Amino acid sequence: MNNGNPLVHLQDVVKTYHMGDVDVQALRRVNLSIEQGDFVAIMGASGSGKSTLMNIMGCLDRPTSGQYYLDEQLVSVLSPTELARIRNRVIGFVFQSFNLLSRTSALENVELPLQYADVQARERHVRAMEALKRVNLADRMHHYSNQMSGGQQQRVAIARALVTNPRVILADEPTGNLDSRTSIEIMSLFQDLGRSGITIIIVTHEPDIAAFAARVVVMKDGRIRTDKRQTSRIAEFLPVEQDEDSES
Amino acid sequence: MNPLQTIKIAVRALRRNKMRSFLTMLGIIIGVSAVIAMVAIGEGAKSQVVDTFASMGTNLLIILPGATTSGGARGGFGSMPTLTWDDLKAIQNEVSAIRYAVPDLRSAEQIIGEDQNWTTSIHGTSPDFFIIRNWTISKGELFTKSDMDAGNKVVVMGQTVAEKLFGSSADPVGQTVRIKKVLFQVIGLLEKKGQSTMGQDYDDTVFLPYTTFRSKIQGGLQNYLNGIILASATTSQDTKKAEKQITNLLRERHHIQLGTDDDFSIRNLTEMAGAMEAGTKTLTTLLACIAAVSLLVGGIGIMNIMLVSVTERTREIGLRMAVGARPTNILAQFLVESLTLSTAGGIIGVSLGVFVAYWLANKFSWPLLVRPEIIVLAVGFSALVGIGFGLYPAYKASRLDPIEALRYE
Repeated sequence: MNNGNPLVHLQDVVKTYHMGDVDVQALRRVNLSIEQGDFVAIMGASGSGKSTLMNIMGCLDRPTSGQYYLDEQLVSVLSPTELARIRNRVIGFVFQSFNLLSRTSALENVELPLQYADVQARERHVRAMEALKRVNLADRMHHYSNQMSGGQQQRVAIARALVTNPRVILADEPTGNLDSRTSIEIMSLFQDLGRSGITIIIVTHEPDIAAFAARVVVMKDGRIRTDKRQTSRIAEFLPVEQDEDSES
Repeated sequence: MNPLQTIKIAVRALRRNKMRSFLTMLGIIIGVSAVIAMVAIGEGAKSQVVDTFASMGTNLLIILPGATTSGGARGGFGSMPTLTWDDLKAIQNEVSAIRYAVPDLRSAEQIIGEDQNWTTSIHGTSPDFFIIRNWTISKGELFTKSDMDAGNKVVVMGQTVAEKLFGSSADPVGQTVRIKKVLFQVIGLLEKKGQSTMGQDYDDTVFLPYTTFRSKIQGGLQNYLNGIILASATTSQDTKKAEKQITNLLRERHHIQLGTDDDFSIRNLTEMAGAMEAGTKTLTTLLACIAAVSLLVGGIGIMNIMLVSVTERTREIGLRMAVGARPTNILAQFLVESLTLSTAGGIIGVSLGVFVAYWLANKFSWPLLVRPEIIVLAVGFSALVGIGFGLYPAYKASRLDPIEALRYE
């Protein structure tokens, strides 16, 4: 598995968008390596290229030039179908707006990636329940997403990202729609997962959130401005959302 | 992802918008039920035509004698006996496309029973007549060849005559009747045959051997057959051939010069039935075309809703792609959704169509004719409509860029 090579390795990655007649360079020769098990926060103002970087690392987009190795595989040359397979097996996504399927139970939301991995129904149930247990939502698995609080929805989304046992979780502004208290809960969950060996990369523009990471990469104008390791702030363990239970 | 899974997802998505799904299906439902009902109507009408002609006789040809011309007044077919008993024998023996040929001599006579009398149509014929006309005996027995040879005074009667003479419940078999002061024994009662399309009551007839008929009912004319000849072709395809063979034979026997009119006439009932059938077929085709157009409109409705659905669920598509759905998974998902819509519509349409056909069949007392292949065809065609019109929206969904789709508001 990991023989010392970085899990994520970008080499001279360039991404150019064509906006009418103008070419916009979203990424200008980015070099970045992330080791297995690291907890990285990518920061930057809007337009700095952090979302583009995230999309490329998440195999949702391909670089215009340069190489991207994920788990030692050169993924910048793969077809959309092969990229879909990588996204399914290697990566777990967490989004700012949760992106849960409405009128669908938490359990079924979590099962979704397994459907595309051709896992049998029984095993899907078992694994989805385990994932929900890991995010402390075992008792809510039959609730619909719209019957849940924001923090609960994001935890369902994290369970969905976890269920395939990915190598890396990519979280794009995971706390952007949450209040500060719930944000800390979510970050605590990410730190737990990080301790279990999953690589976590989060994109955020909030320094408070970036403080929980072990490494902070700051982007500006399509380039990496700074890349520092830090002593991460430990997210205080909080009893899970007792005040929000009453609503459902 | 396995197909069952895909169908489950599709059904769930459709159930989320029940009203919309139902309205979308409505186009297909109306189209399919119209197809089923229209075809059933056409088939019902057709079978009625076929039944009517079948009741007249199997592959029936009617040979009528020629016309008299006296003092410039032309008497019409049948007014002069031109057919001879030898002609009949020749037709029976020499025409290969004919299976049976029988004389049918008629006379309207009064028939007197125990205490009632009734004037009806008396026919002199041979036992093969009943084979040609698919007419079976209900009680007693038919007269036989030996009855004919001996010229026995026996009759077989239709149900109407029996009812008029002996009452509806009495058994006429064994009774004695008088026709033209001659005593006859009733040996058989025929099955009920009903009415002709013109309202003529087939059951208001009495049959006796033509030999007896010639000697007791209608004298004179030794060589000429004073009636008509009924012939049955070997198969329904052979009626045309039989007609031609008989024409040639009779023209030769009657020494008719080329260019001169026949002194007889042949009615080919199978041909007439064919023409009427063709008429109803045209009607059926026309109705089916209208129904097909409504199916097409239904298909466009499905396409419209699927396009709306793809746009509405752009984020869902983006998310599915992000978590590992391949473009083909997305394509299959939306294709199966439209397929489910159209097939479900097709099945509901078939049920409704069968119901309407049943109701119409009852109303017009037609036989209920919903052929299974029409049902299969209708459901299959609606499934095809679903795939055809669902393909573009599904393709569009599968081509979405996951990044754009996830960002879609």
